[in-house]
Amino acid sequence: MSDAVLPEPRRRTALARLARRPLAVLGLVIIAVTVAAALAAPWIAPFGRDEQLFEGLTLEGAPMPPGGAFLLGTDLLGRDLLTRILYGARTSLVIGVVANGMALLIGTLVGVTAGYFRGWAGSVLMRFTDLMMAFPALLLAICLAAIFTPSLWIVALVIALVNWVQVARVLYTETTSLAERDFIAAERAIGAGNGRILWLHILPHLVPTIIVWGTLGISTTVLLEATLSFLGIGVQPPEPSWGNIIFENQTYFQAAPWLVFFPGMAILLLALAFNLVGDALRDVLDPTQRGRG
Amino acid sequence: MAGYLLRRLVQSVLILLGVTLVTFFLLYVLPADPVRQIAGRSATAETVESIRRQLGLDQPFWVQYGRYLWNLLHLDLGRSYLQRSNVSELIWARLPPTLLLMAGAIVCELILGLTMGIVAALRRGTATDNGLMIASFVGVSAPQFVVGLLMLYLFGVRLHWLPISGYGTFAHLVLPSLTLGILGAGWYSRMMRSSMVEVMRQDFIRTARAKGLARRRVILRHALPNAILPIIAMIGIDIGIFMGGIVVVESVFGWPGIGQLAWQAIQRVDIPIIMGVTLVSAVAIVLGNLLADLVTPLIDPRIRLR
Amino acid sequence: MKRLLASTALMVALAAPALAQDQDTYTPDPNATPGGSITITYKDDVATLDPAIGYDWQNWSMIKSLFDGLMDYVPGTTDLRPGLAESYEISEDGLTYTFHLRPGVKFHNGREMTAEDVVYSLSRVTNPATQSPGAGFFGMIEGFDAMMDGSATTLSGVTAVDPQTVQIKLSRPDATFLHVMALNFASVVPREAVEAAGEDFGRQPVGTGAFRLAEWTLGQRLVFEKNPDYWREGVPYLDQITFEVGQEPVVALLRLQNGEIDVPGDGIPPAKFQEVMNDPAQAEHVVQGGQLQTGYITMNVTQPPFDNVDVRRAVNMAINKDRIVQIINGRAIPANQPLPPSMPGYTEGQEGYAYDPEGAKALLAQAGFADGIDTELYVMNTDPNPRIAQAIQQDLAAVGINASIQSLAQANVIEAGGAGTAPMIWSGGMAWIADFPDPANFYYPILGCAGAVEGGWNWSKYCNEELDAMATQADSISDPARSEERLKLWSDVYAKVMEDAVWAPVFNEERYTMKSARMGGDDSLYVDPVSIPVNYDYVYVTE
Repeated sequence: MSDAVLPEPRRRTALARLARRPLAVLGLVIIAVTVAAALAAPWIAPFGRDEQLFEGLTLEGAPMPPGGAFLLGTDLLGRDLLTRILYGARTSLVIGVVANGMALLIGTLVGVTAGYFRGWAGSVLMRFTDLMMAFPALLLAICLAAIFTPSLWIVALVIALVNWVQVARVLYTETTSLAERDFIAAERAIGAGNGRILWLHILPHLVPTIIVWGTLGISTTVLLEATLSFLGIGVQPPEPSWGNIIFENQTYFQAAPWLVFFPGMAILLLALAFNLVGDALRDVLDPTQRGRG
Repeated sequence: MAGYLLRRLVQSVLILLGVTLVTFFLLYVLPADPVRQIAGRSATAETVESIRRQLGLDQPFWVQYGRYLWNLLHLDLGRSYLQRSNVSELIWARLPPTLLLMAGAIVCELILGLTMGIVAALRRGTATDNGLMIASFVGVSAPQFVVGLLMLYLFGVRLHWLPISGYGTFAHLVLPSLTLGILGAGWYSRMMRSSMVEVMRQDFIRTARAKGLARRRVILRHALPNAILPIIAMIGIDIGIFMGGIVVVESVFGWPGIGQLAWQAIQRVDIPIIMGVTLVSAVAIVLGNLLADLVTPLIDPRIRLR
Repeated sequence: MKRLLASTALMVALAAPALAQDQDTYTPDPNATPGGSITITYKDDVATLDPAIGYDWQNWSMIKSLFDGLMDYVPGTTDLRPGLAESYEISEDGLTYTFHLRPGVKFHNGREMTAEDVVYSLSRVTNPATQSPGAGFFGMIEGFDAMMDGSATTLSGVTAVDPQTVQIKLSRPDATFLHVMALNFASVVPREAVEAAGEDFGRQPVGTGAFRLAEWTLGQRLVFEKNPDYWREGVPYLDQITFEVGQEPVVALLRLQNGEIDVPGDGIPPAKFQEVMNDPAQAEHVVQGGQLQTGYITMNVTQPPFDNVDVRRAVNMAINKDRIVQIINGRAIPANQPLPPSMPGYTEGQEGYAYDPEGAKALLAQAGFADGIDTELYVMNTDPNPRIAQAIQQDLAAVGINASIQSLAQANVIEAGGAGTAPMIWSGGMAWIADFPDPANFYYPILGCAGAVEGGWNWSKYCNEELDAMATQADSISDPARSEERLKLWSDVYAKVMEDAVWAPVFNEERYTMKSARMGGDDSLYVDPVSIPVNYDYVYVTE
């Protein structure tokens, strides 16, 4: 985030302060473990990613509950759920972090620019936002699915293209309000450039909203990916993602609750972890909060 | 104000035109032939061609689009390819339930979300705050199909408090609204909390507190109106967010809304219905955003419309 | 499950040339009590009730109860019986059918049905302006081509001899003709009601059927009420049927368990199947039966590698059908030929291709694909089809065929199949469910040259002129005395299809209908082969 512009010494203290917050550390650990698990899946997973095990199903074709050889149980094809979740982390991290991050970035740029400068440029940007919001994203997804070979990157692209609009809309409103405040006018009066005002006075006030959208967006995009994959645009079976494990199995949640519960927990934990880190980062970087943390 | 409104309305019409153009184009290039769907599996090549001609689907894109716009000017949304019914009739029948459901969901998420957000902000850093944070994230992360079924099972089957499904009375509205609202409540609660925290920190609140005004009064009269601003923008975009959830919630609770119609039409490439639903939801979204922009200056007088 | 004598259907139907009497062998249920009403739920909205348009399994049985055709089926069976025609005669050459209409049959609007209505109805369904998906079925009637190219507006082969007699001339003998007359598409509709309603006839249906439409609240419910003037004595038993639409199958089952509804129209959802079947109290209300359906994998024979018959045979040998049946909780029986077992012409004792991965590997090596094959498997995206595709994928991988899965919406799969761009397609969810119980119905559109064109439903693009000739020859045998011979020919056609390994048949789905405890009537009515989920005209309630 904004660390890049901070002078070296201050950044170090910021990190150091972050390290003193147990919740933030917990968040960082969860994120690190998820990333590590995703990368190391081929070595740590107990079974093959798509291996349909004979002993993974009962004779009547029911999945195995958690326990024994299958720590988190098996799915409806007799595959080990833990293995699927480990591999699924790869897809879901790309969607929840990269695609969602892209959406956040685009949304912030558009929303802040339109809200601060307003005028015809702002007007055009916001009407474009309205257009994108009114546009049926699912339809776009189906068309792309039919034209391109489905892949993770296409679904990530669609999510980034579709999800920035809400962020832009909310940040636009907040920016218009901020831009009219007295302290901004004062800055202008003393000859501060737009860049400086935006970076030092507008953006810091928007950080809380950005954190909210960024972290909650992890959950929604990971679930959205499953819907888009269902329509044929994203990862195709048998490639797992947390979203599609839930999506495929949700009607079975009474017969086999573990199939929904575990991937759901994974999504929840990842989103919460980012939220913990984000909240702590904000407090640490916020000048008015210094000394309280 | 009037000038602004006029300008925005003109822009809105342009946006809607843009939406119809792009949607129509996507459906035009979509490699799934609606004629094949109509003609059925035993159709001869002649039948297929004849249907294509009758529907005008053999015409070039601009002719087809032009004809669609011309009919639209006459308030004619065409006929469904597969149901053969008037699209406007199909949509009109399903629009009121959907609007009702959205209204119910907005009420639920406002009540739940704002309360949770305010409480969390005021108890910042406590266990309550953390608990509410986790609750918000659960609300956003839980698949709506599962939430809906759990609620239906608990309140409908086990406790017999509310009907399992259907449409008509207030009791029928509660569970679907709540299911849809839980997702939004998570967002609202987080937004409200961060907004409140931000406002409570500002100088005028500190001044008010310093002047010895009662905490309650400071919160209600000074903090809330300032914190609510981002929430207004969110209500404007809720409609767009709901469109996804509504498909699931409507089918779980047998709610006769527009989501099912749209979902089935997308799966079967029923172009007139897809166009109609897109148009209606686009109108709702554009109007929602316009309304949000109009309301903002009323809440925060510093913002002027221009 | 009901086993069918292969020839029953035709023996009953074709007592030519002698006057065919009313062979309605159905004995009404002595315990049946009239009155009462039931509720049925569906997930999808009812598309249309126009008999010339409606062509999905959901509205098929509803239309059957609102309308009648000249022919009909004995409830719960695939045996033909006369419908609006009281009797009929067939000429020696098998080209002229004379139907004698039942006197005094009234449409729901009160007008008496006459021979002119039959002429109008058959002309309407074959008129291109009607855009009927069923028009193609009537190709054997004289004047069909003139209708198709638009040079006629009345089907010339159908004439009203007098108000009670209709004569239909065929351009070629066709053993399936009487089945075609029992299709919904051949239902008799009143001209004045069709013309008054225009394109909305599908929403304001007027027929001669056992029920009439009383209410249709878009997106919510349809109500059928008993037709008091129905021409069949004593039926229907029910006073009213309510169809609630837009209901998730899992919730529909909950409501059934809660006593709110009588039949979940979409059946027992896979997620609940074991829960229901493992509970004797619930399993008691489940009726199991066969279905005129086969789940199969098509292979595009016009493109490598599937232009090589050995590769196609290897695919057939590679698939572990027992396991696939296991993962769908045993709701099917493994298949070894295109026809389902309850279809006349099914070859008893055919071996097909046994599960033999080693043999498949050897065959592939022999065909020059020892290094493996990369291909694609298309599948419709609704559960359980992607799961079945993944099981197939694993089986194929074991013999060296790497099939990547394309799981898409139905329309996209059908498009890819029609265009011939899909090397392999798992048919589930879009599979052929027979329109009428005759082997011919499984051949022409999905295995014959007619369907192998751009956009056609023959996704294998298999076109074997020799087989087409055999099929035509078989269908020209309309003499019932030779029906055994005809079915033997059909049996040979399908044996050849399997020899060429055009498909890999995987299983025949079983049908499970669940009903409330208060519903009565013979089990066969709940797995009626032509009425899904139930035969509305003959079921009753016991309280």
